[in-house]
This record gives sequence, C-alpha cells and structure tokens, in this order.
Amino acid sequence: MRRIISILMENEPGALSRVIGLFSQRGYNIETLSVAPTEDSTLSRLTLTTFGNDLKIEQITKHLNKLIEVVKLVDLTEGPHIERELMLIKVKATGAQRAEVKRSVDIFRGQIVDVTSTVYTIQLTGASDKLDAFIGAIGETQVLEVVRSGVSGIARGEKVLSL
Amino acid sequence: MEMLSGAEMVVRALQDEGVEYIFGYPGGSVLHIYDALFQQDSVSHILVRHEQAATHAADGYARATGKPGVVMVTSGPGATNAITGLATAFMDSIPMVVLSGQVRSDWIGDDAFQETDMIGVSRPVVKHSFMVRDAKDIPEIMKKAFYIATTGRPGPVLVDIPKDQTAPNVKNPYEYPKKVKMRSYAPVSRGHSGQIRKALDELMKAKRPVIYAGGGVVQGEGSELLTQLAHRLNFPVTNTLMGLGGFPGTDRQNVGMLGMHGTYEANMTMHSSDVILAVGARLDDRVTNNVKKFCPGAKIIHIDIDPATISKNIMAHIPIVGPVQQVLEEMLAALDEHGGEPDRKALERWWEEIDGWRKVHGMRYETNEDGPMKPQQVVQALYKATKGDAYVTSDVGQHQMFAAQYYQYDKPRRWINSGGLGTMGFGLPAAMGVQFAFPEATVACVTGEGSIQMNIQELSTCLQYGLPVKVININNQALGMVRQWQDMQYGGRHSQSYMESLPDFVKLAESYGHVGMKITKIEDLDGAMEEAFALKDRLVFMDIYVDPTEHVYPMQIADGSMRDMWLSKTERT
Repeated sequence: MRRIISILMENEPGALSRVIGLFSQRGYNIETLSVAPTEDSTLSRLTLTTFGNDLKIEQITKHLNKLIEVVKLVDLTEGPHIERELMLIKVKATGAQRAEVKRSVDIFRGQIVDVTSTVYTIQLTGASDKLDAFIGAIGETQVLEVVRSGVSGIARGEKVLSL
Repeated sequence: MEMLSGAEMVVRALQDEGVEYIFGYPGGSVLHIYDALFQQDSVSHILVRHEQAATHAADGYARATGKPGVVMVTSGPGATNAITGLATAFMDSIPMVVLSGQVRSDWIGDDAFQETDMIGVSRPVVKHSFMVRDAKDIPEIMKKAFYIATTGRPGPVLVDIPKDQTAPNVKNPYEYPKKVKMRSYAPVSRGHSGQIRKALDELMKAKRPVIYAGGGVVQGEGSELLTQLAHRLNFPVTNTLMGLGGFPGTDRQNVGMLGMHGTYEANMTMHSSDVILAVGARLDDRVTNNVKKFCPGAKIIHIDIDPATISKNIMAHIPIVGPVQQVLEEMLAALDEHGGEPDRKALERWWEEIDGWRKVHGMRYETNEDGPMKPQQVVQALYKATKGDAYVTSDVGQHQMFAAQYYQYDKPRRWINSGGLGTMGFGLPAAMGVQFAFPEATVACVTGEGSIQMNIQELSTCLQYGLPVKVININNQALGMVRQWQDMQYGGRHSQSYMESLPDFVKLAESYGHVGMKITKIEDLDGAMEEAFALKDRLVFMDIYVDPTEHVYPMQIADGSMRDMWLSKTERT
C-alpha cells in the first residue's frame, strides 16, 4: 500500500542523508521525496511516499523516529489528508495538436506557462494520480520533458504536525 | 569564563565526563588534541598499534564497566580503521564515543591528504554523529555525544573534528553544560504500567513459561532483578549469547544458551513453551531459526528499550517499551501487589519435562583416547583454573561457541564477545580494555589461530602497559567454523579454510616480551593452565593444539524450527 510519511526534522546538515540512508540501508524504497524548511527555520519538513504493508511501515516509522534529528513524524495516509504534487511538463504542440493539448490542459485545470511555435510548457498541480492521468490523456508521444516535485501532504481538519 | 582552544576543550570535556582512559592513535589532524592531552594527566591515553584495536579496547572497557568507551583517531585511514569497531559496538548496543580528526574545514571536499568523509562512511554504524563546525560548539557537542551514547539503547557516537577547530591560538569561552536538552531525542524512561500488569497476568497463567534474556539484561543492569523474578516464579531461564551471565550460569533454573548453538534443553524449552518473556533480546536470526516455525504455541511478551526491536522479526503479543531495569522493578512490585502464585502444579510438570531433556541430551562431546585434545576440554580447563571467576573475552568462530557453552558465567559483564557483528580480531583488544578497567582481575582471551592474527599486533600494546592478559589460543590449524559449514554443507570441500604457515606462537609471544606456552597433550593442560594463571603480572600466550575435525553441537538445522538440531555429526532431533 502506498503511504505518505511526513517528517519534521532539524534543519541541519547531514539530517537528510540520515533519512535517505536509512531507507537504502534497510532495504526500503522511496518513491517520491520533497523537503524544504518550514516557517520555523530550524525545522525542515520532509514528505516521502513509499510502499509497504502495515508491518513494514511500522518498522520504517520506528526507525525514522530513532534518528536523532527527526523531531516528529506522521503517516498521513492513516487519516483524511490533502496531497499535492506540482508537475512542469513540456509537450509538442503543432498544428491541430495545439488546440487539443490546450483543451486537455483546461480540463485538468492546468496552466500553460510558456509557449513557442512548437512547444507548450504546462504547469499542473494535484494528487499524483491526476498528474499521471494528464500524461495519459495527452498521449506519451507528445511529451518532451517531465519534472515533478514529489508529493507534499497535510492532514485535513484540526490535526497539525508541529512542535 | 575560562578561555580554551578547541583542543583544550575536547580534553576538558573528557575530564568533565570523568573519562579515565582514551584509546587511540595519533596523526596529523589530531595533533593539537594530542598536545593538549600531553599537558594534563587525569585522562590516560592508551596507545594501541592499530585503530581497530582502539575501538575494540574501548568497547571491552565499556562492556566490562557499563561506562562509555572513548577513542581517538586521526582523519582518513585512522578513521576508516575505526569503522569495524564502530559497527561492532553498534550491533551490540555498546556506549562509545569516537573522536575522529578531520582535515581543515576549508579543505573538506578537496580530496585533501588523509581526507575521508567520516560522517558519511560511518553513518550506518553509529547511533549518531556530529561534525564540529565551530570550536565554540565543542562543549555542547561533547556533552550530547556522551548523553546519546549512554542513554536509551546505547550505541557508538562519532564526533568528527576538523583540525582548524582545535587550533591552539583560537580561544573561546568554555563551560561544560550540566544538562542536555534535545527536542528530538527523548529515550523512554518507563515501561507502560498497564502492559506490565497485562504481562504479569499472562505469566501467572502460564503452564510452560520461559524467560529468554538477552544482552539488554546485562547492559541495562537488570541481572539482579531478573534473577529475583525468575526465582520468585520458578521459571526456566535461557540466555542469549549476548546475555550470558545476565542470569547465573550455574543456577538450577538456567537451561543454557539458546539458538543456533544453544543447548538441546534450551531450544526444546523455547519451542514447547506457551509464554515467552523476552527481556532485552532481539529475537534475531541466530535465535529464531525459521521465523515461520518459531515457537508455534507461545505468546510473546517482549521487553526492550528500543521500540524498533519489538515485532521486527517476531510479532510480540504484549510489547513493553522501556528500560529493562525499571520494567522488571515494576513487574516485581506488581507481583507483590498481585499476591497470587504462578501455576505451581503446571510448573512442576514443566520442570519434569525440561529435566528429561537435560538428561537425554545435556551438553556433551566425545573425547579421543590417544588423539588430539578437544577444544571443549580447553574451555573446561580454563573454567577450572579460573574457578569460573574470570573475565572472558573471545574472538569469533568455534572457540567462541565453546567458550559460551562450556564456561558458566555467574555474573553479568564477565563474558565479552562480538555477538552481533561477529568480529574476528575483537578478543585481544577487548581483553586489554577489560584489564585496564580492572587491573587486578583475571582476564582471559579465548581465541583461535585465525582470529588472533587479526589483531595480534596488540601484544605490543600489552607489553607497553604491562597487561597480564591470558591468551588461550585454541589452535585447530583451520578456520574451524568455516570448515564445519564446509563439512556439513559443501561436501567437505575445505575451500580456503586451512591455515598453512602458522607462526610459532611461542616465539612470537616471546619476541613481544611475553611468556609463550605450547600445549599438545591433554595431560599437560591443567598443569599449564595453573602455571599460566599463577603468573599474575605476565601476559601468557597459551598455544593449545586441538582436534581440527571437531564441530560445534548442538547446531540448529537451517530453515527449521528451534527444536530442529544436529546433536552430533550423526544424530539429529
């Protein structure tokens, strides 16, 4: 099962390598990863997605919690949550395709952020499966380049991950 | 406030931590610190002959005393040589602080002379690591390093110190912090009371219980309480390789070590149990054998300080996360309060069954009438000569298993071996660490001709500091454990497990300034042991030739349950 684990950790050199190292060292897999400082500059928020059954995820979270720099973490997939990923995608757009691609962008509520006579650069946000669906919709042959930010997530309602 | 250089701060912090010994080897990046060490005498520096030995010596010191072992190495090769020692301590949860020199801050990343990314290289084998980025931070970093190494589940902590941060002409105010506060590190200090009570209820109902005690009982100072609990309940106790001495070896309730080379009765008791009280143990592969076939009828109560250990390999029915000592204390108090009794009738039947196993297949081996002596006989002779009261360190292999099986450890911290990582070359330097901690104690290093050669240069350190360690070299002229597996699983093809061109260990010991003895006949063994241990102030290297064909039994059969064992070369369960 796919999980989104969100980690609050000390914004210190070496902290990220410990998190990443833990995954490779114990044979766990990281699907996506995004990390940046929070409003409190001493803290970073790291969000990663991984796959595993309950037992494996429990081990992962226990081991992450043991890392000295990890302050707190939550498995967002345990409760209602919002998940977003940003994609920048460059596609071929010539002739009749120009209008076709534009329509798909509108349907997916994306934006064309750069244009040339043959290429559209599109910005799209949403859950990962929506971004996958967009690539499917425009047809892979059109795609020149894809950049995805990795998943960011936050719990719904009153629940917060903070100190 | 006092103004000190970074180097002086490092040394002062060691003093403030009450460090007696630091094991190390100098080099370019740590010269400032060595100069500061030279100008004081409360911390004694022990000069080893190889950095790996420094880490094992500090480790042996820590295992024998419970205090953190301290190491200093230079950057580059000095630091990388310490890796095996870090990994050894990490696997066995030994508190250790390793200070490694690093090249100047402005050279880091430039592939400077003797530069290694030690933080990176050591990452998977340390509990935590620090790099000093500003000399002002040294007091706080040192305090945190010792705090992290010694609290919670102990482990090694590395402090990497670039040379410029220790420069003698840059002074900063020094004040050693009294307390550490870390928002991201709060080791569990108490087990959950509800869980402890639930566990107790389960123990009272148990008809076929067993206490399975690991290294956490020794490291967590839980031996006395565990012994009390076991006696109160009259439950059988089995110790892991790391837990030997955590419950007295000669106690009637001790069924011996469990696991791959555990006793028949210990493995049978485990497999047939209905409740297992696992205390400070990891349920690792050397114990469980095939996890799917592990103790099918048992409910598992698991006490451990590390939540990640619980339900990692085997699901615990009642997990209790907390320090062994505190949890056992509370369990004993709850037992008083409970006022009830365990099921005495059921226990009587259980003990009858266990005693039956003991009678049928107690530890045994065949002796040769005229042939070479058996390695087991050597360990038994050692036990006799030391009256069971020595500190015994070991290397890794058959001799390690024999030393675990045939020496009865009645006290914790007496049996010192690399259980988790299985590091050959551990024994002699670890024995040095123990001897420094207890100069008057009898310290024996049980080793083999393979392992001893992995750190034999430390005979020189032993001479320098007058360490009267007794080296019991069980010499079977082969890498015995490798050979055993080759006999059992590779059709007897002894690929690279034979040791040709062994040195004359007697002459070798003598050339290092020690006493050497060569023993080849069983009738000389006891006398030689007496003689060796009578030489209180000398290191004696006993080179004892034994049967190269001997195997360690019992031995669990791979992929079986705990009760599937070879009991000799021809019998199995």
